[in-house]
Order: sequence, then structure tokens, then C-alpha cells
Amino acid sequence: MGAELGKYKSCVSARSTDKAILAGAQDGGIVTTLFAYALETGIIDGAIVAGPGELPWKPKPIVATTVEELLAARGTKYNISPNVSLIKEATRSYGLDKVGIVGTPCQMQAVRKGQLYPIGLRDVGDKIALAIGIFCMENFPYQSIVQLAEDHAAMKLESVAKMEIGKGKFTFMSERGAVVPLPLKVTHKYEQPGCHVCLDYVANLADVSTGSVGSPDGWSTVFVRTKKGDDVWAKAIAAGCFETKAIDSVKPGLELVTKLANEKIGKNQKTVEERKTFGVGKGLRIPYI
Amino acid sequence: MGLLSSVFKKNDQQKPADVAKAETSKKEVKPVVDKITVGHVHMSGCTGCLVSLADNYGGLLTILDKYADLVYGLTLADVRHIPKMDVALVEGSVCINDKLSVEEIKQTREKAAIVVAVGGCASYGNITRFCRGGQQNQPQHEAFLPIGDLIKVDVYIPGCAPTPQMIRNVCIMAYLLLKGSPEQKALATNYLKPLMMAAQKGTSACFCDLMTEVIDQGLCMGCGSCAAACPVRAITHEFGKPQGTRDLCIKCGACYNQCPRSWFSFDVVSEFESISELIDTVMK
Ligand SMILES: Cc1cc2nc3c(=O)[nH]c(=O)nc-3n(C[C@H](O)[C@H](O)[C@H](O)COP(=O)(O)OP(=O)(O)OC[C@H]3O[C@@H](n4cnc5c(N)ncnc54)[C@H](O)[C@@H]3O)c2cc1C
Ligand code: SF4
Ligand code: SF4
Ligand code: SF4
Repeated sequence: MGAELGKYKSCVSARSTDKAILAGAQDGGIVTTLFAYALETGIIDGAIVAGPGELPWKPKPIVATTVEELLAARGTKYNISPNVSLIKEATRSYGLDKVGIVGTPCQMQAVRKGQLYPIGLRDVGDKIALAIGIFCMENFPYQSIVQLAEDHAAMKLESVAKMEIGKGKFTFMSERGAVVPLPLKVTHKYEQPGCHVCLDYVANLADVSTGSVGSPDGWSTVFVRTKKGDDVWAKAIAAGCFETKAIDSVKPGLELVTKLANEKIGKNQKTVEERKTFGVGKGLRIPYI
Repeated sequence: MGLLSSVFKKNDQQKPADVAKAETSKKEVKPVVDKITVGHVHMSGCTGCLVSLADNYGGLLTILDKYADLVYGLTLADVRHIPKMDVALVEGSVCINDKLSVEEIKQTREKAAIVVAVGGCASYGNITRFCRGGQQNQPQHEAFLPIGDLIKVDVYIPGCAPTPQMIRNVCIMAYLLLKGSPEQKALATNYLKPLMMAAQKGTSACFCDLMTEVIDQGLCMGCGSCAAACPVRAITHEFGKPQGTRDLCIKCGACYNQCPRSWFSFDVVSEFESISELIDTVMK
């Protein structure tokens, strides 16, 4: 059944028509292009993205209010960027009335919990104008990325040009063209433990969610989920921001997305179950009620 | 989704495209007798919770107009003694050195069907935990307890100050719980459930809850909600994980309860779009 992909109004394979954005984007440049369009048309006043941090490949959440800042935050950093930490600040110090935010599925869950249960988020919920979710199988602590790059891929983190997870490999690509694919067997143990109870792969609670899986290289799979998402996406398409292909016309298509979603949810559901009997007559806490 | 669509069917009647029609049907759908009775009980708090309630502005008037009669409230209603009521919104902790406070919190429990601890002080003690007495004009008033240490509490709204939107949501859900259709009751029950669980869980809160109940339990994934929720900016993220300046912490419980890995209800949160629309509709 379709629950693993969440509710959605439409799903396409898409790519930005902006070559400059695409050049530094992770996949089809969906996130950056949609935010840039929303910023330029006043749908959002700014967006919380994973900007460059103090250390190589260490993201720092920032409130981007210019296209330049959005561009500087392109690309996937496979370690934690606590983007939701700025959700209130964006409406305070930054004074935004219409906030965009990009995040992993768990961060979308945080945003929606925050809208329905705004315990410490006064006057924030109504200001979230566009929440873009990115697919996510797992994330890593920063120190794991250091270890994977330096110990396993034998690259200085400073010289890594791109990281990518796909086709069963975690691949490190250097500035000078070296490509080191690590089997996921090697990387699994370095994953963030909190990811192992995560029951969402394709950001079911986003307005629009996107990832590489399902679409050809350089293209992205896009789920349009909410009325807000539908509205922004339709306008962006009308403005020529994206080229699209029907999702059932591309390979590997939704079949692979569904398969991976089920694998992730199944595996993590099992972990959640095992927590109940983790000790001797004692279990671990389970957040889901 | 049968649940929410049936909730909507009822409310759709009062939310047609043209305003004139909405005005007339509104009056028919919500006769005044259907209202619940609500009181604001003021224990030892700074009145920030009450201000938050009032900060719903027009929304407060809508609530009072359509869903709730305010039957008690020191500053808002001219009633001396705690009357019988459906919902008591209690602000502040109880000074156990003050006979009247102790008496009133006990009466509140007797008189109210649902007792809601509004805000950090009522729920967890919050800043009143730091009292050592000595203040004028009652220097001997030095011991304050969250209301849950003296009476059974049904629902918590943590935070300092609790947000206008949380108070609004709980009022709406309490109304649906007491006066709604079976589907609306089910929605309200699901919504209120984690806040009821919080009330059962305990009467103290701290940044440390994130350590003991989330991080140490292997559940933190670094979303950042806790830092966003903290009213005193006690929380930063170092290498993706929350770090608390524990001396800054006022023990309000916002971080833990905002965290999606403290409690998370897929039943409720997955319906964020329709529930948000429902709230907008009933507040019109
Ligand atoms: C930890 C992680 C795991 C992922 N796993 C998968 C997967 O299994 N399958 C799949 O199809 N896709 C996965 N993705 C998504 C994928 O890598 C791309 O981010 C996505 O396709 C968007 O590409 P784009 O070209 O549209 O975005 P771009 O235009 O390149 O923009 C990417 C946006 O994501 C933000 N971002 C980057 N890193 C993070 C981060 N750590 N946390 C929050 N925001 C961030 C950036 O700031 C930027 O705004 C994962 C992403 C992350 C962060
Ligand atoms: S696997 Fe889940 S918990 Fe981990 S980063 Fe991705 S969405 Fe968050
Ligand atoms: S809100 Fe919870 S899961 Fe998110 S960073 Fe804080 S402790 Fe971790
Ligand atoms: S750390 Fe902040 S949010 Fe958490 S209990 Fe302390 S004061 Fe409240």
C-alpha cells in the first residue's frame, strides 16, 4: 500500500532550467531553484538552509535572504544541520513573515509538530510558507564524515568536491577527479543512531519533497504534497523554472523509491520493536504514541 | 481520513465562499447553550500565561463568543469563589505556605471536569522553583510546587510563556471533546493525548530531560527544535547535538515537549494540513 510514500498530489521527475544553479546542485537543483523562485516572487522572505560552516563539509544552518546565500548552500552535506533551530529566530531577529525551510524527513516532522503543538514557538506556525523535504535514508555525525573521508576514502576533507549516496555506495569525489566509492556495508556503523528509529524516507510531511532516487542522473524525483506546495510548484513550472518528465516515463521510477522506502521503514520499525525488550525486563523509550 | 473529513463536513457549513452566508449559518450552527464553561485560576505566576491567552486578540473573542463562557478569572470575570466549570486553566505554581492558594487549588480540582496546567510554573514549577523567599510583602512565602504535586492534573501546556496558539488549540480541542460529534471527540482525544501523558509523566522539567530521555536513549537526530523552543536561549547545537547552558535553564519544559523525539503522534501530525485548516475555520 502507498503509505510509505505519504500523501501527494503529483509526482514528477524534474530538473532546474537554470544552468548556473545546476552546476553546484546535488541533483536536479530542485531545492535551490524553488527557493530562489519563491524568494524572487515574494512567496517567501527567506529560507533556512544548510550553509557553509567553519569546518570543511560541516553545515551551519543559516537564514538565506538572497539568491547568493541560497547558492552558497547548494549540495548535500551528509551530516547534521539543525535547520529547525532557526525556525523561531527567522521570524524574530530576521523579521521574516514568510519562511522557507529545507530539511530531512525528521526535520519536516519537527516543523509540523511545531505547527500543531507550538509549545515554544509562539507566532511561528502561520509563517512557514514553504517547507521542502529531502529524501533521507540516514545521516551521520560530522566526526563520522571525517573518519569516512580520511580513513576509508583516504582524502582530506578539504579536498572533497562532492559526496553522494546512491546505487549502494557512499562516493567521495575529490577536487582533482579522484572517485572513491565506499560500500554502504562500511558506512553503516558510522550512522547517527537516532536515524535507526526513523519511519519516513521521502519527507511525507513536507510541502514539496525531493531526492535523487527514482530519476535518471542529474534529475530529481519530486512529490508535491500540500496545497501550499501545489501552488508554488505550479507557479514555478509556469515560470519555466523546471523541465519535467512524467514519473512513469523514467527509469528506475517510483518502483525503486517504494522499495527503498519500505526497506528503510521496515528495518527501523524492527529497531523500534526491539527497543521494547532491549534490556532484561527493561526497554528503551519509544517516542511514537 | 474519514475522521477529519467528517469534522470538516460540519464546519464547512460555516465556511462557504461568500461571507454573508457564513455569517448567517454561523449563528445557527453554534447556539450559545452549546458552549463549555472555562475559568482562569491564578496561582503563583507572573500573569504571562493570561497575557498569552489574551494575545489571541480577536481569536479570544471568537472563543468566548462561540465556544466558551468565562465563568471565573481574577482579572476578567467578576466572580469571587471558584465555581463549577468544564475546564480550569490554571496558571502558576502553588505556594504551600499560603493557605488560600492551597485551598483554591483543591477547590479547582473539585469544581472542574478538566484541569489544565497552563505554562511552565503550573506544569513544572519553572522559575518559581528558584524562589528562596524573602520577597515583600510576604517574605515567608518560599515554597512553591507545581499543581500536579497537589492535585491530579489532566492536561499540560508547557512553556514559558505558553504560546497563544497552544492555549487556543487546547481550548478548541476541549470544546470538541466535550461538545463535538463522535469523530470530533476522537480527533480531540488524539490531539490531547500527549498533553495528558505529559501531565501523568511528572512535575519537573529541565534541559537535562533532553539528555536523559532523548540523547542518552539514542533518539536525538539533531533537528534543532529544542534550541528553537527555549525561551532563554540556553540551547545551542555543537556538532549537530544540543548543548545546554544549564545555569540559564529556567525549567519550563519547552525543549523536551517540542522535541519530536520526546513524543510524536503520527495520527495527529500527519494530518497537519487538515487540522490547521480546521483550526482556521473554527476561529473564523
Ligand atoms: C543526510 C541526507 C541523506 C539523504 N539521503 C538521500 C537518499 O537516500 N535518497 C535520495 O534520493 N536523496 C537523499 N538525500 C537528498 C539528496 O542528497 C539531495 O539533497 C536532494 O536530492 C536535493 O537535491 P537538489 O539538487 O534538489 O538540491 P540543491 O539545490 O543542491 O540543494 C540542497 C539543499 O539541501 C540543503 N541541505 C544540504 N545538506 C543538508 C543537511 N544535512 N540537512 C538539511 N539540509 C541540507 C542545502 O542547504 C540546500 O538548500 C539526502 C540528503 C541528506 C542531507
Ligand atoms: S534517517 Fe530520519 S532521523 Fe536520520 S536524518 Fe534522515 S530523516 Fe532524520
Ligand atoms: S529537538 Fe530533540 S531530536 Fe531535535 S535536536 Fe533537540 S533533542 Fe535532538
Ligand atoms: S533548556 Fe530552555 S526550554 Fe529547556 S527547560 Fe530549560 S529553559 Fe526551558
